[in-house]
Amino acid sequence: MTTTAEPTTELGKARTRKEDARLITGRTRYTDSITPHGTLHMHVVRSPLAHARINGVDKSAAEAAPGVVGVYTAADLGVDAVGLPCAWPITPDMKSPQRPLLATSTVHFAGEGVAVVVARTAAEARDAGDLVEIDYDPLEPVLDMEAALADGATLVHPDLGTNENATWVFDSGAAGTGGSVDEAISAAEADPDSVVVRRRFRQQRLIPAFMEPRSCVVDPTGEQITVWSATQIPHILRTMTTVTLGVPEAKLRVIAPDVGGGFGGKIGVLPEEMLCVALAQRLHKPVKWTETRSESLLAAHHGRDQIQDITITAKRDGTVTGLDVHLLADMGAYLGLVGPGVPILGAFMFNAIYKIPALKFTCTNVFTTKTLTDAYRGAGRPEATFAIERIMDELAAELGRDPLELREQNWITHEEFPFTTVVGLTYDSGNYEQATQQAKQKFDYDALRREQAERRARGDKVQLGIGISTFTEMCGLAPSRVLGSLAYGAGGWEAASIRMLATGKVEVITGASPHGQGHETAFSQIVADQLGVPFEDVEILHGDTQSSPKGLDTYGSRSLAVGGIAIVKAAEKVVAKAKKLAAHLLEASEDDIEFNAGQFTVRGTDKGKAIQELAFAAFMAHDYPEDMEPSLDADAVYDPENFSFPHGTHLAAIEVDTETGKVNLRNYVCVDDIGTVVNPLIVEGQVHGGLAQGIAQALYEEANYDDQGTLVNGTFVDYTLPSAADLPSFDTAVVSTPATSNPLGVKGVGEAGTIASTPAIVNGVLDAIRHLGVADVEMPTTSQRVWRAIQEAQGRSTQETPVDTHSPGAGLGSIDPNNPQGEVQ
Amino acid sequence: MIPAKFDYVRPSSVEEAVTALRDAGEDAKILAGGQSLLPVLRLRLAAPSTIVDLGGIAELRHIAEDGDRIAIGAMAAHHDVMRDDLVKQHVSLLSQATETVADPQVRHRGTLGGALAHADPAGDLGAVALALDAEFVIAGGSGTRTVPASEFFVDYFTTAIGEGEILTQVRFPKYTGWSTHYEKFNRTAQAWSMCAVAVALRLDGGSIAEARVGLTNMGTTPIRARGVEAALVGQQASEDAARAAAEHATEGTAAPSDADAASDYREHLARVLTGRAVLAAAG
Repeated sequence: MTTTAEPTTELGKARTRKEDARLITGRTRYTDSITPHGTLHMHVVRSPLAHARINGVDKSAAEAAPGVVGVYTAADLGVDAVGLPCAWPITPDMKSPQRPLLATSTVHFAGEGVAVVVARTAAEARDAGDLVEIDYDPLEPVLDMEAALADGATLVHPDLGTNENATWVFDSGAAGTGGSVDEAISAAEADPDSVVVRRRFRQQRLIPAFMEPRSCVVDPTGEQITVWSATQIPHILRTMTTVTLGVPEAKLRVIAPDVGGGFGGKIGVLPEEMLCVALAQRLHKPVKWTETRSESLLAAHHGRDQIQDITITAKRDGTVTGLDVHLLADMGAYLGLVGPGVPILGAFMFNAIYKIPALKFTCTNVFTTKTLTDAYRGAGRPEATFAIERIMDELAAELGRDPLELREQNWITHEEFPFTTVVGLTYDSGNYEQATQQAKQKFDYDALRREQAERRARGDKVQLGIGISTFTEMCGLAPSRVLGSLAYGAGGWEAASIRMLATGKVEVITGASPHGQGHETAFSQIVADQLGVPFEDVEILHGDTQSSPKGLDTYGSRSLAVGGIAIVKAAEKVVAKAKKLAAHLLEASEDDIEFNAGQFTVRGTDKGKAIQELAFAAFMAHDYPEDMEPSLDADAVYDPENFSFPHGTHLAAIEVDTETGKVNLRNYVCVDDIGTVVNPLIVEGQVHGGLAQGIAQALYEEANYDDQGTLVNGTFVDYTLPSAADLPSFDTAVVSTPATSNPLGVKGVGEAGTIASTPAIVNGVLDAIRHLGVADVEMPTTSQRVWRAIQEAQGRSTQETPVDTHSPGAGLGSIDPNNPQGEVQ
Repeated sequence: MIPAKFDYVRPSSVEEAVTALRDAGEDAKILAGGQSLLPVLRLRLAAPSTIVDLGGIAELRHIAEDGDRIAIGAMAAHHDVMRDDLVKQHVSLLSQATETVADPQVRHRGTLGGALAHADPAGDLGAVALALDAEFVIAGGSGTRTVPASEFFVDYFTTAIGEGEILTQVRFPKYTGWSTHYEKFNRTAQAWSMCAVAVALRLDGGSIAEARVGLTNMGTTPIRARGVEAALVGQQASEDAARAAAEHATEGTAAPSDADAASDYREHLARVLTGRAVLAAAG
């Protein structure tokens, strides 16, 4: 009689995504395509300076420009006392500066808004923006995290008295979940049969680079204010708009229409969104803002940006005895919605798949005069995975061991699940041996090791490296109690509702908010199985607080593992109601009703009712049990008991041209264990996209600031993203040990590729050239960095690489970011 | 996304275009394929008063044999140049280099003349035109003049095209039977060249009878590597000869320094890529 766990027709089917036609052709409602009658357009005038006092804003010329309705500073709008929310106070004494909607007396990063122009057209607003004269007194920028923490450093927010946001510590010795790292290090240092390996890794600053720029439209006409936003978090945005501006929650309707990507970059409560609300209320007209790509790269939150000091201790036989993690995490100028907690999410993942007996994690968050950082695909976990997978390779090199073998020696074996780790998480399921075995086979690991040895022996100018990453991640954010213990400002549940329509069709309302993941297809498959209705009969509704009033939105690989389970729970309630109605109509005992593939039958007879008939009967309500309402509809809220823990083994074959330093990713194999697979095609798409993003961190991407705090690669000409032409055809596979913590056995796949691939690539680059004396290459491992590392390892000095100069050629002409007015010939 | 205001003119003949340019004055800008101009307009790094769009002048899109030359209209799209049989047969180096320009969308919009007149030193086609001694036909108020490639490239984004003038045609001598290769080095497949080397060799038996070598992004303009050419002539097309000649690759260059490549690395690349380009051309 169970409605779950039976292998059925839809689960596991590689359906093409039903939402793709409209998303790919663009013939759908993205926020920027929504323009209510009478809409006014907002343009934000942004500071070109990273740190400066504002002496005055001269609005007169802009106000007189054609089409301009008004030019406003925060004071003009009466919002100068309003601060944007940070929902994750990681420590009770965390320093939290007010993050204004527009800078008032001081700007704290280049790109911060200072004034807004509202005009009848976007072009008029943009033109008038150039006429707003702002008089700045430049202040010293604060750019380097270590310097920012030193005595006498210029303070980003002098009223806080420090550039330190907070320091968060987890010590397994103190927590009672493991031993003391300090003792492990002392013991290893005193023991000739142990080693201590210390490394510093740098997680460069990245830009999420979603495809659809951010946009919002606020319509104040009508009883409720309607906010359309290209956001991942319509529900959180509604609540936070109330918290920020005091508009009653019930007077707000927030809609995330189709959204073109996010990667965490659209988890935010934006100053621009709040400004549109404030302006719409003031002007009684719809107000719209859509950012340009350059605005997006400059002012939307960035990701990563950590300095990681890692110490690992081990016996000479390879047994790891302790791991000490010291992080500096760049918050940028202000705290984003969950920014301070992002590095803390990583705290629980540094031990990864290994049985590490002692772990200490210390993270200091630092303010600088840069764009703020917040969640970016993986959020804390890629950083952790990078550090542990890199240091395992370093340990293997130190011990002269095969890095895969060393990992196997230390990982949790499949017989040991469920396993409680040194940080107190319980991994419910997994099989690292199985994934690794398959990956090695697909990769032909032994043959590539032989080729590597041959190339080395003959001094080939192209050297081969094998990059390894055996990762795990915590997904399905999150058990609400755990979030509570981390002082996170919300729960981690998800909501779902199912409406059985009179015609037998099914409307499913989810609190998850897709922005490219394929929820409509995957959730339809789940519901089709649960209710025994055709896939085509299921409609998924999302992203509108009026139709889906409860939800916590989409991030942290939670939509399926939490939102999908909420749908299952709602479907179970529908089936229970339908069964009661069926028993009544079939004049049988409820205990004798069997449900299978949409049919409710009386056991041992051929009497039965289809779920569609029951839906119609409930609608007609001519005949139903007295102790039941005439409805099959159901709501559910699911709060997970535990995280889920996908894992996988990723192997990269990397060729390094030692003459030029060019890195060529020749082959990439990954075998991921993501539990039960709902739709293999969607899984493959998620893995491919994730890999591309993780590989991009290793090889291509970095947000560079010059010594004045100017973002120098703020266009897609110079912020280097790979295209399909830069990447090989990935060789992916999936194995499945179902999660035991949820009824579908699913684990989540949205972040896996990104988390796993970055260390695989860097490990591979180093594996190719370590024998030449190269100890490390910072990310991104560009050809220039690799070439310099080889030169330096061989005792040849090279010149410094400038980060803050642009050669006149290559792209936009003679754009000097410090002289953006420079005329192009 | 929104450029500053400008007037827009779309003439249908070269004569009309020259008149339009004259009428518009010194703040006018010519629009060819728009692949470089539109981004700078959208970023407001340029704010011309008038845009003269050459897109309506059909006569500027031709690719034709003209005696001992291949004449290519300035508005011929990269895609058409790259696919043209005459170009493949007689100016294969141009086909090869054009294939490396950006991506298919850009190659369908972008034009040979636009790219050369823009004169971005990181652009791929200048080194080819220079190495192959192309001629540039330029129309202006007082008629038409022809400028050799050696005099065409003046500085960053600056050419011999004067105010009120329009590049109408690029004429390449035929290099029928020559062995050619364009060796490009960039950060991503569709990015601009950090450094690139254009090589054309006339082989006689196993030895190099004539050599033409051009360098991309090694100075303020494309650069002719005459030292490399001289070192190659008369040599067997061997690895040793290629490497030895490549040592001359940085003569007369002024490699720019930027985050992708500081000048020492660029110089190193120029030498390595020159050696590779020569060997690849020699097959």
